Amino acid sequence: MSVNKKLVVSLMPIFLSACAGEGLKFWEDEPAKVNTELRTGANSQGCVGDNTQLEEGVIVDRLTSVTLGGQQAEGMADDVAGNTSLAGRTIYFEYDSSQIRKEFIPVLEAHGLYLMNNPKQTVVIEGHSDERGSREYNIALAEQRAKSVYKMLQLIGVMNHQMKVLSYGEEKPLNLEHTESAFERNRRAVVVYQ
Amino acid sequence: MQLIKKWPLYIVLLLASFYMQFAQAELTIEITEGVQSAHKIAIVPFSVPDTEKMPVNVRDIIQADLVGSGQFSALDTGSMLSKPTQADQVNYRHWAVTGQDYLVIAEIKKEQALYKIHLDLFDVVKKQQLSVVNVSVEAGSLRMAAHHLSDAIYQKIIGVEGLFSTRIAYVTSSLKANKKMQYDLYVADYDGGNAVSIAQSQEPIMSPAWSPNGQHLAYVSFENKVSEIFVQTLATGKRKSVAKHKGINGSPAWAPNGKQLAITLSKSGNSDIYILTLANLSLRQLTHSWAIDTEAAWSPDGQSILFTSNRGRRPQLYLMPSDGHGEAERITFVGDYNARGSFSADGQKIVMVQGGKGNYRIALLDRTTENTTILTQGKSDESPSFAPNGQAVIYARRKAGKEILALVSTDGIRKQDIKNTLGSVREPAWAAKVQ
Repeated sequence: MSVNKKLVVSLMPIFLSACAGEGLKFWEDEPAKVNTELRTGANSQGCVGDNTQLEEGVIVDRLTSVTLGGQQAEGMADDVAGNTSLAGRTIYFEYDSSQIRKEFIPVLEAHGLYLMNNPKQTVVIEGHSDERGSREYNIALAEQRAKSVYKMLQLIGVMNHQMKVLSYGEEKPLNLEHTESAFERNRRAVVVYQ
Repeated sequence: MQLIKKWPLYIVLLLASFYMQFAQAELTIEITEGVQSAHKIAIVPFSVPDTEKMPVNVRDIIQADLVGSGQFSALDTGSMLSKPTQADQVNYRHWAVTGQDYLVIAEIKKEQALYKIHLDLFDVVKKQQLSVVNVSVEAGSLRMAAHHLSDAIYQKIIGVEGLFSTRIAYVTSSLKANKKMQYDLYVADYDGGNAVSIAQSQEPIMSPAWSPNGQHLAYVSFENKVSEIFVQTLATGKRKSVAKHKGINGSPAWAPNGKQLAITLSKSGNSDIYILTLANLSLRQLTHSWAIDTEAAWSPDGQSILFTSNRGRRPQLYLMPSDGHGEAERITFVGDYNARGSFSADGQKIVMVQGGKGNYRIALLDRTTENTTILTQGKSDESPSFAPNGQAVIYARRKAGKEILALVSTDGIRKQDIKNTLGSVREPAWAAKVQ
């Protein structure tokens, strides 16, 4: 599985930098572009808001406390479903690509941290493609997208048994139009809380 | 004409049960290109026992078949100088003067539950009778009998096996009033007539594939919120889950012997092709690459597997021995996207989806000359499937934002759309012609 190794190697530095100082800036610069922006109770931009030099572990603690914000753990699944927290559940991809764009790393980190702190919570990571090209190839391509998300969450520390991958290919478009912008919306992976 | 002699028994026994239930014409054929060189044919209104009580209009079906092929143009009944229903009433001059090449007349009689059709085909230019066909069917099989008669006329005049009695499968999706998607797997006559939904789900259905004997369909269903391959027997409606492994279970393709399926599984980490033996559901892994390998198709001799792989970064078609002994050889070099290939019945041609500059079209690769021809001019054409006689390809295309089925002749000259009143229609699969 050399592709898996490649992916892990390429994601690792991005992940580390994203939450280890330099990456924090990028968090501040980029969120406006991310239409799936994090919304956490006390800090609307996750670990972005804090301008101090934080170690990874510190961020985990902060995010955890922010995310959980006085709620019962079992209530969180509903909360997530209700879109009041961890609102960004969709990761978008480039054409014929399954590489995670850096602006979505914070989104996945938030999910990763939440799932680490809620080991009974499970998710299905759905992979989707746009309508172009052949359907079964798109199933395979969309699975690679979902697996990129899976590996990223795994890297953050989510347990394998908490995650399942399901590829729908082009069968469930988000946007039913046939325009370039619709295609962009349809090339996605979605973290679905169970 | 050995087949014709066999028809009455064949049709009554084999087709009566299956074609009886439904008769909704949800799809209709519309010629979009290539009608200039049509044979002129006059099909006189048939003599029938009671026009009001005929379950279907056999004459109109035959005319729609022949005209729908793009190779015939029919004389309208108002321009006919006489309307014979028996051979001895035919006056060739009446048809020569209106420029006709061929003439069809028929008489339908009813004896108990059976309709007996006697049809005559004449060559107007040579002033001779070309063939006589007799068919006996139950009411429920009249439509199929009409298609068989069209086949006989077509074969006599064109010299190539007709397709009018063949069947197709396709998938539809439509948004229901409750805002939920409904997916259906349909089996229909080649023209969309007699459409019967054989599987329904609120989750996607994909990739229907006919068994070589036309009795079973393999397909992918997400009804259990995972991908799963089912094999369904048409006559009984019974089905069996044959693949439900972790990850992708997709792209079923029947081996010519009907005993195995080539399928795509991702249980080992990424998409690879496996050979599934249906008798015991045992698996043999055929490809082992790190890349996407999917969309397997068998060569007609069963010796080779054609598949899509992005092992060279972009998706291209590869060919490898079906026993796994030997390397995969890349066979497409034109265009940066070639996928979903399948063989013509003679193994000489491969039809596929070719992408480039944002357009996805149906392309034909001639294995003998190595030439690639683009058959269609759409933006989003997909899922090509050869007609059993190798003369045409059915595929899915987008027209005014809607997915429809369409036909193109393998020379690219004739194009037809199959208009539909359903939601989105796609993934056509043409069944082999069962003799």
